[in-house]
Amino acid sequence: MGFENFGTVSFTAAAKAADFMTHLEAGKVMTTRCRNCGASYFPPKADCPACLSSDVDWFEIKGQGKLNTYTIVNYGPTGFENDAPYILALGEFEGGIQILARLGRDIKPDDIKVGMSLAISPVKLPDNRVAYEFNKV
Amino acid sequence: MAEVAIVGVGQSVFSRDCGVSIRELSFEAFKEAMEGLDITTGDIDASIICSAPEYDKQRSPAGLISEYLELTPKPSFYVETVCSSSSTGLRVAWSLVKAGLHKVVAVIGFQKMSELSSRDAAERMGRGADIIWESPFGLTMPAGYAMYARAHMAKYGTTEEHLAKVRVKNSHYGAANPKATYRKELGLEDILNSEVITSPLKKFDCCANADGASCIIVARGDVAKGITQVPIWIIGLGAATDTMTMAGRKSLTGLECAQEAGKQAYKMAGLKPQDIDVAEVHDCFTVSEILAYEDLGFAKPGEGVGLIEDKQTYADGKIPVNVDGGLLSKGHPIGATGGSQIRTIVRQLRRQATEAQVKGAEVGLVHNIGGIGQYGNVTILRR
Repeated sequence: MGFENFGTVSFTAAAKAADFMTHLEAGKVMTTRCRNCGASYFPPKADCPACLSSDVDWFEIKGQGKLNTYTIVNYGPTGFENDAPYILALGEFEGGIQILARLGRDIKPDDIKVGMSLAISPVKLPDNRVAYEFNKV
Repeated sequence: MAEVAIVGVGQSVFSRDCGVSIRELSFEAFKEAMEGLDITTGDIDASIICSAPEYDKQRSPAGLISEYLELTPKPSFYVETVCSSSSTGLRVAWSLVKAGLHKVVAVIGFQKMSELSSRDAAERMGRGADIIWESPFGLTMPAGYAMYARAHMAKYGTTEEHLAKVRVKNSHYGAANPKATYRKELGLEDILNSEVITSPLKKFDCCANADGASCIIVARGDVAKGITQVPIWIIGLGAATDTMTMAGRKSLTGLECAQEAGKQAYKMAGLKPQDIDVAEVHDCFTVSEILAYEDLGFAKPGEGVGLIEDKQTYADGKIPVNVDGGLLSKGHPIGATGGSQIRTIVRQLRRQATEAQVKGAEVGLVHNIGGIGQYGNVTILRR
């Protein structure tokens, strides 16, 4: 399995980092750390540009994060028309890992505040697609 | 004395739908750039063609444009950094001339965005993000800049009214620019009441897709003076690249690619921000111009809004910015935009900017950004 079911529209499938999808289907948002030099990455990298190793380990992103910024998108591009309006956000988690995702529908636009606490979790989308989203803590 | 000069600049009219082909559009810009020069087409030793290929129907446009302008058999090739492609083209032209490979090089940028529906154009812009990790969420360029705007507001208290004032200024100057797509002057209320596209950015906070072409003719210093009476010298060049992903950005209140490119250009020119007499900055959105004030050192971080509040970026202010109307008025034909910005500064330094001439301008700066801050180019020119 590659990235063919990731997000509302996926544009490419095969990648060495596709283990991410297996973990996501199993309910975990994970990313990589290099077994050789310890450098960690998000988005996940199957290769470590710091030490040129391709021996990487997956670890889970969990715990409480915070909202760095967001936007309510009223016009989706091709393939996203039926999603709009949707809220894109950047959240920051332990170790300074910053992630782009949508805010879950449990968060009302009027309640959004930069700096608010967030959690991250996998989400099922229509047509057997999967992604991750930010939710209220 | 600097050793590489700009001898000619031109651009087509920018419009929503030009009704001509990309080769004909490019000819319009080329013709204006060559006007009054003591060279003919045969004296151009190489050409660099710049666009964003995802918007082009034509594959490999360099050969096509080279043939139409009769630049063959001289070398021609293609350069791309999305919206800053033609500034990257200028950087490459400078290198070719400086290295001694060529004496005269033409940089031609174009885009014919009317060949796509605006939604299809937005889809291509979405694929300008990381297609594995961020495009599947529906990230677009306006949404990326909107997140910078929101973060700037949260940190510094910037308001939607501050952003709107950038459009008020640029629409004022755009009204006098015969090559601009939008020539209507807009008031604060028009902008604040326009429809929200991606919060906090509204319709009039955004530039529009456009068709257009630009051309810059670059020459070696010793031949430049024989080609034109007023060569404009390239004295500072800076370029930088930031992460493709928004997730990778260390700052959300400034573009690090612009800060880095600016530092390089100031250092090469031996100048400081206060030495700049007139600037063109990449105002693809109103917030982008505020970020540029700060990233280029015209204002301290968080204090950019003070410049627009006090009208210091108007033509008679401390640091005039985008007094040709900017991308917001001219429209943004991706590959042509950097060349159009350079044309404006060259005309200012030649004292030919009849619409809004900055008095006594000696040194000008061009800030041209590709994507959502992926590619930054800063160029400093002197009369």
